[in-house]
Amino acid sequence: MKSESTVASCPWREMGLKDHEYRMIVEKLGREPNYTELGMFAVLWSEHCAYKHSRAVLRGLPTEGSRVLVGPGENAGVLDIGDGLAVAFKMESHNHPCAVEPFQGAATGVGGIVRDILAMGARPIALFDPLRFGPPDDPRSAFLFQGVVSGISFYGNCLGIPTVGGEVEFSRCYRSNPLCNVMCLGIMRHDEIFRGRASGPGNLVMIVGHSTGRDGIHGCTFASEELARDSESKRPNVQVGDPFMEKLLIEACLEMMRTGAVIGIQDMGAAGITSSCAETAARAGTGMEIEIRRIPTREEGMTPYEVMLSESQERMLLIVAPDKAPVVEEIARKWGLCAAVIGKVTDTGDLVVKENGVEVARIPAKLLAEGAPVYQPASSKPRYLRETSSFEPDSLPMPSLSEAAFKVIGAPNIASKALVWRQYDYMVRTDTVAGPGSGAAVLRVKGTRKGIVVSTDGNGRITYLNPRAGGMWAVVESALNVAVTGARPLGITNCLNFGNPEDPEVFWQFKEAVAGMGEACRRLGTPVTGGNVSFYNETEGEAIYPTPVVGMVGLLEDIEKRVSPWFKTEGDMVAVIGEMPGDPSHLAGSEYLERCFGLIAGKPPEPDLGLARNLIEALVRGAENGLYSSATDVSQGGIFTALAESSFGSPGHLTSSPDVSGTEIEISLGKNQRLDAVLFGEGVVAAVVSFPESNLREVAALARSLDLSLTVLGRVKRGRITVRAREGSRVRTVVDLETRALRDTWSRALVLS
Amino acid sequence: MTVRFGVVVFPGSNCDSDVYHVIRDVLGQPVDYVWHEETDVSRYQCVVLPGGFSYGDYLRAGALARFSPVMRGIEEYAHEGGLVLGICNGFQILLESGLLPGAMLPNDCLEFRCGWVNLRVDNADTPFTLEYRRGEVVRMPIAHHEGNYVLEKESLEVLKNRGGITFTYVNESGQPSKAANPNGALLNIAGIVNERGNVLGMMPHPERCSERILGGEDGLRVFRSIVRYYS
Repeated sequence: MKSESTVASCPWREMGLKDHEYRMIVEKLGREPNYTELGMFAVLWSEHCAYKHSRAVLRGLPTEGSRVLVGPGENAGVLDIGDGLAVAFKMESHNHPCAVEPFQGAATGVGGIVRDILAMGARPIALFDPLRFGPPDDPRSAFLFQGVVSGISFYGNCLGIPTVGGEVEFSRCYRSNPLCNVMCLGIMRHDEIFRGRASGPGNLVMIVGHSTGRDGIHGCTFASEELARDSESKRPNVQVGDPFMEKLLIEACLEMMRTGAVIGIQDMGAAGITSSCAETAARAGTGMEIEIRRIPTREEGMTPYEVMLSESQERMLLIVAPDKAPVVEEIARKWGLCAAVIGKVTDTGDLVVKENGVEVARIPAKLLAEGAPVYQPASSKPRYLRETSSFEPDSLPMPSLSEAAFKVIGAPNIASKALVWRQYDYMVRTDTVAGPGSGAAVLRVKGTRKGIVVSTDGNGRITYLNPRAGGMWAVVESALNVAVTGARPLGITNCLNFGNPEDPEVFWQFKEAVAGMGEACRRLGTPVTGGNVSFYNETEGEAIYPTPVVGMVGLLEDIEKRVSPWFKTEGDMVAVIGEMPGDPSHLAGSEYLERCFGLIAGKPPEPDLGLARNLIEALVRGAENGLYSSATDVSQGGIFTALAESSFGSPGHLTSSPDVSGTEIEISLGKNQRLDAVLFGEGVVAAVVSFPESNLREVAALARSLDLSLTVLGRVKRGRITVRAREGSRVRTVVDLETRALRDTWSRALVLS
Repeated sequence: MTVRFGVVVFPGSNCDSDVYHVIRDVLGQPVDYVWHEETDVSRYQCVVLPGGFSYGDYLRAGALARFSPVMRGIEEYAHEGGLVLGICNGFQILLESGLLPGAMLPNDCLEFRCGWVNLRVDNADTPFTLEYRRGEVVRMPIAHHEGNYVLEKESLEVLKNRGGITFTYVNESGQPSKAANPNGALLNIAGIVNERGNVLGMMPHPERCSERILGGEDGLRVFRSIVRYYS
């Protein structure tokens, strides 16, 4: 067998493999791999591709349910939404590329997740981008923030796939390690679902889309290590995106799949041709033989190593029946794309690579795709938790609540993100019924009465202070965000962003957060259909907050019954369904605590999952019966923020602001309760709803039937937000602000330096 | 009355199916997709150039699309009086092909802008605006990176004086203020029509506001006007 270069001292280390992993390869292969083979192992056995440190823990997540048509293991999960329709969806990270080249890093992140959805046979119809950066007033963070947002805007807008949701949050811990998670959702009929399988020896292996260049070689190896001072030198590892090519690829592949010519299809993302060939063959239990010289390349003289490891974007691998290649080629020609037969499916179980007919690599596909070691890393409870958990919020002085209100509403995490999403085309495809700035995105399904509702959520600070609770809250909050629209939550995808898993304290965070997420998913009946783990979000020993992000998909059976978060009618009653905050412990890990006291402390409570289940039921049934005028969940910034945002009105007009509403409420302060904890406390399972007084009896009966408390706070009132507090027989006004002034702060707080 | 529409599909068009949906499912009129390689569009009573990123907006928005075979057919069709509606990227293509005067610069904010704007209808006498009242303020969405309309001074005067400006970005009270201008366009111009009145280009997306569920129906009247014109 030809070897490209002699295996010098320890080339596997350069490629990110450990010595014992290399020994394992030699043992399983029965010989030393050559340079090309070693490169192929290095990329597919990277953490990014092989989930070596996370696989064992992820097995604890619930993945089954009556609506799950395709679970984890394929390119994306698929859920049944009734009437023969299904949605494919998945979230992924592109954190490392964005840390060194934010624009292309984010752009190619969008491109990759879109192709995963396409590979399931679905038409991609929506994008969501949960992002995390360092403080917006920090120049480096502002640069990364701007770059990532422009990259998403550049790529997503051109594709004609609306970016309808996501979140942006800021904390110092993300300064060197920004998070760029991207989620795509697609729609299809049940009989249109495709799989990434290379079945049927004798079938042809084709590559469609862009030609293969020298970009992105070892991109996934780079994504599997900590960043260092010299990470700038990794910029050549970042791929370059061409959204126009991707748009053509989407249309061409959908057309090809409709002809019946396509047997299996797979995106070429991380690890390019190597991973797509090995994975499709391994899933089908087959082998594959490919010829390097038949792969269209962008440059002369590319070696097999470079071709196999290139992460050039906008390429798909197709498995095609032997006589159907002309059908695929004809459609590719119509869309101006390359299509080439590069090899065939075999029954040997081996992935064989030839160059001009000479074998340059032969590796069992299953060994490459599924043979990486699974680790059980050591874990230990982080030491910092002893200090953060011992914090007693009782001892805090009580600040001016009006000032606190402005500080919280004007905090970058709470402030309007319009400056981000006005750069995204969130309306193309004309299905966006509620877009960014609405809590959850609501998409209609043309030709039906259905609505698909999606929310992405994750709170790093809470997870840092109580990893198990953080994992639970990510699920509960996304479920409530979906349910307040009247939709029933169906299932999730996730993106688990953590530091170095070889650090026992980081691994403890990971295990706990996943355990919490799993428990919440089981109790809420929302299985995990797939997702992504991003480790090594760490620079020079400084890890990010553990940040599990959830993408929840829900279904509105009748989109005309949807509920929006904004107050509608003066005089409507305003109430909280679920838990009322007020206990000092509700301040743990709150936005208020960080903004007003500079504290990141306390032990946030776990959500009451039984209560969450019932609250979802109350929101969905109430919406079905048309009880609510508005509904929004209580999360970051507490009840006050929920009331304020309900008063601010629908955003989305570029050149004028909406009519604002307001509210006048009275809260009763119980024993041992704090006023600031009532207004700004978090960690409660609750929703703020408004409804006409004539519906009060029905709302109360519904809450009672589900064992939920209903606390009537006051009424919708134009123009001002007024809070009175009752202690015994004494009533005093504690906040009385013009909504317009608050809204101005909220809408102008986030600026980029 | 039946009016047959053609919606042109360039590589990279992405509002083609949105326009198609409105014409077929909301307006209830016959409509076909027209592939960019076709050259004869004479069978249609109105041809729509939809929004998107034709040819990836490479070189300049609309600069490559104007050389596609279908544009030769459309130029001929327009010279014979056929109705041509260019929306967003379609407007940019009409400018590049010279069917409408002027050019587009990148938005003055140098960013893509998506959202609702207020528009004043300045000419309700074209086949595309018959269902509006002159001076009426309507709401429509925009979504573009190059909508900063420019034209040299004398031609601008001519355009204005002949009623060539059909839509202007305005505030709630109908004034074309600076704050109401989302992209820096001269005179807050959002849409223009040629002298003969059969070719209209507009940056806002009427197909995105043709159904109540999407937040407004002001855009549907553009399509209804075309049907009325033929009635």
